[in-house]
Amino acid sequence: MCTMIVQQVQIDGSGKGTSGWFPVDRANVSYDHPYHFPLEHALNIDFVNAAQGPGARVAVELSVDAARALVNTILAVLAEADAGGHLIQ
Amino acid sequence: MYQTDMYEGIIAETVMISGAGGDLINAYYARPLGPGPFPGMVLIHHMPGWDEWYREATYKFAHHGYSTISPNLYYRAGHGTPEDVAAMVRADKGVADDQVVGDVAGAMNFLRTQPYSNGKVGVFGTCSGGRHAVLSASRIKGFDALIDCWGGRVVMSPEELTPKQPVAPIDYTKDLSCPILGLFGEEDRSPTKEQVALHEQELKKYGKNYEFHMYPNAGHGFFYYHVGAYRQEQAVDGWKKVWAFLDTYLATPAKTAAAA
Repeated sequence: MCTMIVQQVQIDGSGKGTSGWFPVDRANVSYDHPYHFPLEHALNIDFVNAAQGPGARVAVELSVDAARALVNTILAVLAEADAGGHLIQ
Repeated sequence: MYQTDMYEGIIAETVMISGAGGDLINAYYARPLGPGPFPGMVLIHHMPGWDEWYREATYKFAHHGYSTISPNLYYRAGHGTPEDVAAMVRADKGVADDQVVGDVAGAMNFLRTQPYSNGKVGVFGTCSGGRHAVLSASRIKGFDALIDCWGGRVVMSPEELTPKQPVAPIDYTKDLSCPILGLFGEEDRSPTKEQVALHEQELKKYGKNYEFHMYPNAGHGFFYYHVGAYRQEQAVDGWKKVWAFLDTYLATPAKTAAAA
């Protein structure tokens, strides 16, 4: 825990882990040491199901530029879907 | 130094020890075979968890003659791959300093109660483990040597303090009761060169026995051969300094007398 920069957000969805699909109910977003991506620090997102234990996790580790691009892309896709009347609240 | 006609044997296994609050936690334990006496080492794992590097490091210290134990500081988070367990702990903003100190004290006591102990125990840690090593050797009486490898957040601003990390380790410097070896990389951002200098200044202020080395062309984690941070030349020199430091402060009295 070298930066200790982490936030949790409740989510609804599914993730595909090593044992197949499972419901995810939380995303843990941190800026800290990645495990695999070759940077000292990365934007890490773990989609998890806390009740199912540590193994119920889908992980991504992103560069800062990639993380910003992803956020913008998600928002753009949602805006397009909204404009087309596809979003059902 | 090892000679090719020497007998050599090591036993390594998982054991259970009594940690903070009397909780049972697991630990990886490796020691030379034979009656001893052997000095002891507690290895405090880093933020990525109780992983393969730490098992190998535990074995490496045993190979160099130390009864060595590495407690699983994340035991209470549950079980899975080291990465998955560490990710769960990361999401929870790490483990509490008080709990770590209790677990490390339990590991030290485990080593001291073994019949082959020479009565001396050191503590080693890297990354968050370096920070925890500084904290433990300051708050627990009984360590004879401390090795801090690039421990971040030893120096903390008031804004960085949290309920789990309520006191910056540097603020315990006056209580440190053993010599400290510090190994750092100039390109590291946690700790920065400035933070290392502040720590050194505090050690000097309280008249502590310290030996700090700041390596050029190295950043955070330059011992880790499995990632891009590895720096061969600096790592080889760093390990030499580790063994020399431990030989100075943890050798058995008989060995010291014989060498004199």
